[in-house]
Amino acid sequence: MPKTAKATYYGAFADAVLDAQAAFRGLMDAMARPGRIHRFAELASPPAPLSPAQGTIALTLFDQDTPVHLTPALAASAVASWLSFQTGAPLTADRLQGRFALVEKGVAFPALSGFALGTQDYPDRSTTLIVELEALAGGPERCIAGPGIDGEATMAPIGLPEAFPALWAENGAQFPRGVDLILTAGDACLCLPRTTRLLG
Amino acid sequence: MSAIEGIARTNYAYLDEQTKRMIRRAILKAIAIPGYQVPFASREMPMPYGWGTGGVQVTAAIIGPQDRLKVIDQGADDTTNAVSIRAFFEKVAQVTVTTHTREATIIQTRHRIPEAPLGEGQVLVYQVPIPEPLRFLEPRETETRMMHALEEYGLMHVKLYEDIARNGHIATTYAYPVQVAGRYVMDPSPIPKFDNPKMDRSPALQLFGAGREKRIYAVPPFTEVKSLDFEDHPFTIQHFDKPCALCGSTHSYLDEVVLDDRGGRMFVCSDTDFCEERREAGHVGELGVPA
Repeated sequence: MPKTAKATYYGAFADAVLDAQAAFRGLMDAMARPGRIHRFAELASPPAPLSPAQGTIALTLFDQDTPVHLTPALAASAVASWLSFQTGAPLTADRLQGRFALVEKGVAFPALSGFALGTQDYPDRSTTLIVELEALAGGPERCIAGPGIDGEATMAPIGLPEAFPALWAENGAQFPRGVDLILTAGDACLCLPRTTRLLG
Repeated sequence: MSAIEGIARTNYAYLDEQTKRMIRRAILKAIAIPGYQVPFASREMPMPYGWGTGGVQVTAAIIGPQDRLKVIDQGADDTTNAVSIRAFFEKVAQVTVTTHTREATIIQTRHRIPEAPLGEGQVLVYQVPIPEPLRFLEPRETETRMMHALEEYGLMHVKLYEDIARNGHIATTYAYPVQVAGRYVMDPSPIPKFDNPKMDRSPALQLFGAGREKRIYAVPPFTEVKSLDFEDHPFTIQHFDKPCALCGSTHSYLDEVVLDDRGGRMFVCSDTDFCEERREAGHVGELGVPA
């Protein structure tokens, strides 16, 4: 069997039902408590360059109802056929069509305004971006506030661009429209829903 | 296990995986847009609409074998709706159930918030009959959706004002409208307004499911939930003249129980777990017997 084909058929959850439940609960708590790092216990093992956390989120949330946008490098990699086989999600080159978007480590941070922001009457119809970073801790500390955060919290991911505060403020200014962000690194994730504000 | 049992089994937590994913995606968007009602493809459940099918679907999408589930109906663990939903999840999700608020990781509720303060690891799932707070003022979905989009909530204030003009005070006592995180006006489900302050900056995650109306919405932890009011008519909660007849509590929501046909009545805590814990701790009301 060719190597790429083999990668396509492996790497799913050991228990499709309970692993997806555990992964979702972790993700839900992370979305409800922005900035808090969640480490997934049950991990998918997708082909590179998708990270285990990204693969886990894909298996938990993607299916035939959710068009997924991939970066050019991901679309050309074994990830495309892995996602198709494991989740059935249609892949789309159109950012505005993507319910989810996957971005691998080391490429330019995506322009958030290029994705679906939802509409004023259906703000839920927006893209959720799942972006792999170098690390979720150990970088420059940033103060965050908003729903889900008791007062203020800090996060310190490594790999966010210098222009991120401006990009994120622009996204937040369009509330209730806007994208939601799931930052991942290896086996962990950190969520920034559109309501989270970066302070200073 | 016989072969037939193997075939007849439903998926874990009753719903199929695609349905759970659809609900899970709706929950994440609901958390990201506090108070906004996310449409979802509500399924038929093995119970009629009006019995909590929305709450049951939300619970089914989040529950796992490690959870401890509590279900209350008007504060009570032992009413038909609560007992049957608890039994349902015991059967389809092999989950541990409890009546103790503090022990539960998921609390599904119909029309009350427990008296005991909720903690960080807990999820409160509300059963919602009519999720749209503006529905009785404007029956058209297209119009209410536009009002939410434009943050145009004048109609709701007019309604509260008319209450004051007619009755001298805001007469809404349950399903009292709230504004979440300074943006969306939300129906807190028909909880008594007594419970509204408990929603404000609660450390627990609050999820709302409306099965017939096909909407899911959420209040993340530590999120501002403000009951609508006016400067000269501030929001107030109900106060009771008497303490609970069984446990003597003066700070809980009380139900009136008719005792006979000669006008006899008693007031008791609507939260049965709260009342039992107090009686076990030695508190006795005027009609109670020491534990």
